[in-house]
Amino acid sequence: MSEQLLAPLTALGNDTPVVVTIGGITICENPDLTIASLAARKDRGAELHSKLQADTKVQLPDPGKMMFAEDVAAIWTGVEQWLLLAPISSHPDYAAEVKTVVADSASVTEQTDGWVVFDIAGNNLIPMLERLCNLNSKALSSGEATRCLIEHLGCLIICRESGREFTILGPRSSAASLHHSLVTAAKSIA
Amino acid sequence: MSQKNRLVGGQIDRSRPLSFAFDGKNYEGYAGDTLASALLANDVRLMGRSFKYHRPRGVFSAGSEEPNALVELRSGARQEPNTRATMTELYDGLTAMSQNRFPSLRFDMLAFNDALSSFLSAGFYYKTFMWPPAFWEKLYEPAIRRAAGLGRLSGKEDPDSYDKGFLHCDLLIIGSGPSGLAAALTAGRAGAEVILAEEDVVFGGRLLAEQNLLTEQCGNEWVSDVIGELSSLPNVRLMTRTTIFGQYDHGIFGAVERVSDHLPEPPADKPRQILWRIYAKRALLAAGATERPITFENNDRPGVMLAGAMRAYANRWAVTASTDIAIFTNNDDGHRTAWDLDAKGVNIAAVIDSRMDTPSSTEFEVLSGAQILDSHGRLGLRSVKVRLKDGSTREISCGALGLSGGWNPNVHLACHKRGRPVWNETISTFVPASSGDHLLRIAGAAAGIFSTHGALHSGAEEAVKALNDLDVSAHVPELPEAEDAPVKITPFWYVKSGKGRAWLDLQNDVTVKDVQLAHQEGFRSVEHMKRYTTLGMATDQGKTANVGALALLAELEGKTITEIGTTIFRPPYTPVSMGTFAGRSRGKDFRPYRLTPSHKWAAEQGAVFVEAGNWLRAQWFPTQGETHWRQSVDREVLAVRKSVGACDVTTLGKIDVQGADAAEFLNHIYCNGFAKLPVGKVRYGLMLREDGLAMDDGTAARLAEDHFVVTTTTANAVPVFRHMEFYRQCLWPGLDVQLISTTEAWAQFAVAGPNARKLLQKVIDPAYDISNEAFPYMACGEITVCGDLRARLFRISFSGELAYEIAVPTRYGDALIRRLMEAGKEFDITPYGTEALGVLRIEKGHAAGNELNGQSTAAMLGMGRMVSQKKDSIGRVLAGRPYLQREDDYRLVGLKPVNSKETILAGAHLMTAGDTVNAANDQGWVTSAAYSPHVGSSIALAFLKNGEARHGGMIRIVSPLDNLDIEGEVTSPHFIDPEGDRLRV
Repeated sequence: MSEQLLAPLTALGNDTPVVVTIGGITICENPDLTIASLAARKDRGAELHSKLQADTKVQLPDPGKMMFAEDVAAIWTGVEQWLLLAPISSHPDYAAEVKTVVADSASVTEQTDGWVVFDIAGNNLIPMLERLCNLNSKALSSGEATRCLIEHLGCLIICRESGREFTILGPRSSAASLHHSLVTAAKSIA
Repeated sequence: MSQKNRLVGGQIDRSRPLSFAFDGKNYEGYAGDTLASALLANDVRLMGRSFKYHRPRGVFSAGSEEPNALVELRSGARQEPNTRATMTELYDGLTAMSQNRFPSLRFDMLAFNDALSSFLSAGFYYKTFMWPPAFWEKLYEPAIRRAAGLGRLSGKEDPDSYDKGFLHCDLLIIGSGPSGLAAALTAGRAGAEVILAEEDVVFGGRLLAEQNLLTEQCGNEWVSDVIGELSSLPNVRLMTRTTIFGQYDHGIFGAVERVSDHLPEPPADKPRQILWRIYAKRALLAAGATERPITFENNDRPGVMLAGAMRAYANRWAVTASTDIAIFTNNDDGHRTAWDLDAKGVNIAAVIDSRMDTPSSTEFEVLSGAQILDSHGRLGLRSVKVRLKDGSTREISCGALGLSGGWNPNVHLACHKRGRPVWNETISTFVPASSGDHLLRIAGAAAGIFSTHGALHSGAEEAVKALNDLDVSAHVPELPEAEDAPVKITPFWYVKSGKGRAWLDLQNDVTVKDVQLAHQEGFRSVEHMKRYTTLGMATDQGKTANVGALALLAELEGKTITEIGTTIFRPPYTPVSMGTFAGRSRGKDFRPYRLTPSHKWAAEQGAVFVEAGNWLRAQWFPTQGETHWRQSVDREVLAVRKSVGACDVTTLGKIDVQGADAAEFLNHIYCNGFAKLPVGKVRYGLMLREDGLAMDDGTAARLAEDHFVVTTTTANAVPVFRHMEFYRQCLWPGLDVQLISTTEAWAQFAVAGPNARKLLQKVIDPAYDISNEAFPYMACGEITVCGDLRARLFRISFSGELAYEIAVPTRYGDALIRRLMEAGKEFDITPYGTEALGVLRIEKGHAAGNELNGQSTAAMLGMGRMVSQKKDSIGRVLAGRPYLQREDDYRLVGLKPVNSKETILAGAHLMTAGDTVNAANDQGWVTSAAYSPHVGSSIALAFLKNGEARHGGMIRIVSPLDNLDIEGEVTSPHFIDPEGDRLRV
């Protein structure tokens, strides 16, 4: 048996998250979120909504949207499907926690390490996003979230503050490639 | 003399002189010049040699339609051939070379082609270089390529980078002449999201090139006012140096923005160009018109140019091609050039007008009813020979000649979706047909509205209509007073006299005679004529040539131009660099990589990586002293068989299947039974396609009654997920089942070998009993490792040994492999890569991608009995087709060379000894081959006809490509432990 606990690495393969500042743009790797996927069981969507709302105050959003409740955010990802995001420090086994709440009204899957999360901030991120993805990023307002491709990678883009703060979730195994794309785009417009 | 042809005025910045070099000679120009205007200012008319005949050529236009003045811009790796001097902004230190000449532009030895012109007519290479056939590739083609053609590539890697991006707008306005600016003002004030794209360096279009288009204000001033207002509107994006090169479906437009081409080189980390994909709810084509020439004998000499271009050079760049000019026109617009240049002090030798009824002038001579028969001057125009209306001829000295045969609306973008323009008899030109869908509207000269007043108003009005479609309220703004002259033109295409050559297409050296010959030889369709003569091809796509040729073809056919029609218009409107299309997807950035959780650790171990799809996987781990990959792989294989090895298998697809009907769903997806799989057990599964052929294999582990984890092969992770999602949504929407990929979320390692359990017992928390009794072969469970870290354990084996796959959240994968290596030291643990993985599975006879190639049935794989007939599953019915059930079909077998020193190669074919080696006698093929350190020889898996009955027999293994022809023994595909005892200890 083993005595020592295992030490995690961030998606970019380091002990600490990578933070890059280019011009006025900051790109931060964020390893502090835990993620669980939620899919309503057949014909039990209403039950799922009410259970979640009653126990956690989380309202499940419509397509293209994101909802917040306390420290949890919910993003629509497909028909009757959502991702739930929460701080890992206060929700160490989040999928199990959610499953306890929703019981058989939904399927819950642990997805924390399925993703790499980058928080991007700057005075005007639109020129950068224009070079990355086919989104009308200028029209995105706070609380909107949508799926789109960035350099062949299926990503989720969350608008935290219109034009100024975004979070991008991408496939974890391609974290380095995605980071390279973000940095390249930032340098292009810096 | 420096800039002897520079005139007064213009819109150049005389306070910023710039030096540049052309063909090694230094010159000076000013900021605001193009390379073409600066060369003309320096009295350089000769700028290139023609494609086929190497005729001396000079600049013909002042815009992107330029056929002649193509240069190799810059040097070294940045050298770019076929750059239009008319579109090249002058910068300090610019260097350009002329192209397609040897040894120099003034003395080009390849000009002997011109003397051989009678042999080089249309289609000459189809007729001439027929014999002997072998000479074509080695002699004729290289020689033709040497003598013909345009510029040279540097052959070096492009050092610049290119971005791509996406833009969205309500209204895209293409062109910023009077109509484009009026439209932008209308839409901008209405609050719509507007993109105004202009291929030129500055906005304004013909307003910059003409005098007195506006009656109460200078054109420049109005442009400046409008741009000033538009710049202040946050909803308007102004883009200069941006060419919209194509219109695609659903309002999508392609654009190239040349962000750094006006600089010696792009700043660090900045792109040279950006490829934009623009999503426009509505678009307005305000791309103006291109002037067309009149064709006559020897009409291609340096100094002969379009009259409108001559005017643009004078008004915008304060340059004339010569101090003595003549004009040849069939319409009133040609006279405008004479007026403007006369006002600038240039001597107008004559205006030669083919019409009888012409404007008169007190300032210069107008010869009505006259035609130019010929021209003279070897390296530049010296004089033209004119036939006067009384039939007499006169030689007129001039250094430049402006041609005006009327204007052609730039209809291209309106036709990219297969639209065909229509002939407008009144103004003698093609105009765009209505698109019907109104996604693209057309205004100004592009619509055949040639007066400035008409252009301004049509721009504003079309913008209003486009915005009204989008429920945006807009109003025509107050527009400046402008000239509103009607088009006065009498079509006149070419001068019908003389025996010499008269050029229609300057870039491709296509003459009137060539079109006549093509017609004579039966190439009467306009598309055939184009391909036979090459008219309208190459970088300018015949912008100044096509309509003249259509008129000629119509005359030859005795038809109207409408009946002749046009060729198809296709993107790009102007040439686009290949690098621009590639964007950042070059070299190692061609596609994203996927890195395994143990990548960092593996790299530290010196692993050699291999690309598996987008994944980088460790292929083998060389240790000190190993000089050949086989040494490493043999060592890794033997270590697994002897003690224990570990391999990162995260890349295998993992699909979470949940729901009350998850078991029933999998029972339909896999051909074998899954309904009764107990919780805590894993089962091997084979899934078929609808056509009954094998799609993928893998395992499904039942973690709970309503929860399975399916694994797929690495290559099929996405296709299998898509396959399952399709059936979930489309075939069985009534089932309660939910799918999601978890491939990325778990780091998974195979731990294989007789000591695998002992090793794992050191890292798995003691609460979990993994003894053979408690956790037998094909068991699975959720466990914790290393002090309460949640994990999953599967007792499955690809290698044929006692083996497990252990999974932890991905972020702990690096730490887990390091812990396994540390804990495994006492067992001499060996990390192994994909190569050893392959050897191990071939020894065990497991199928992989080589066997699951889309052509294999379950029976071929030796799994025919797995296809359950007690239930329905995808592919079951079609797998039962008699052809797929025949007894003598291929079966998976093992092969060993009779001579153990010989090597079997994958891809080799199997033949019966004595048979001729041909497809008819083919008995099967080798799918996978490896050296087996366990067997001590080369071994292979193969598909062999009736293979199951041929174990123990001999077969010939042949690969003519590899000079392989050896004898092999057919065996069971299981080279190790056919009974599976090692798995179950």
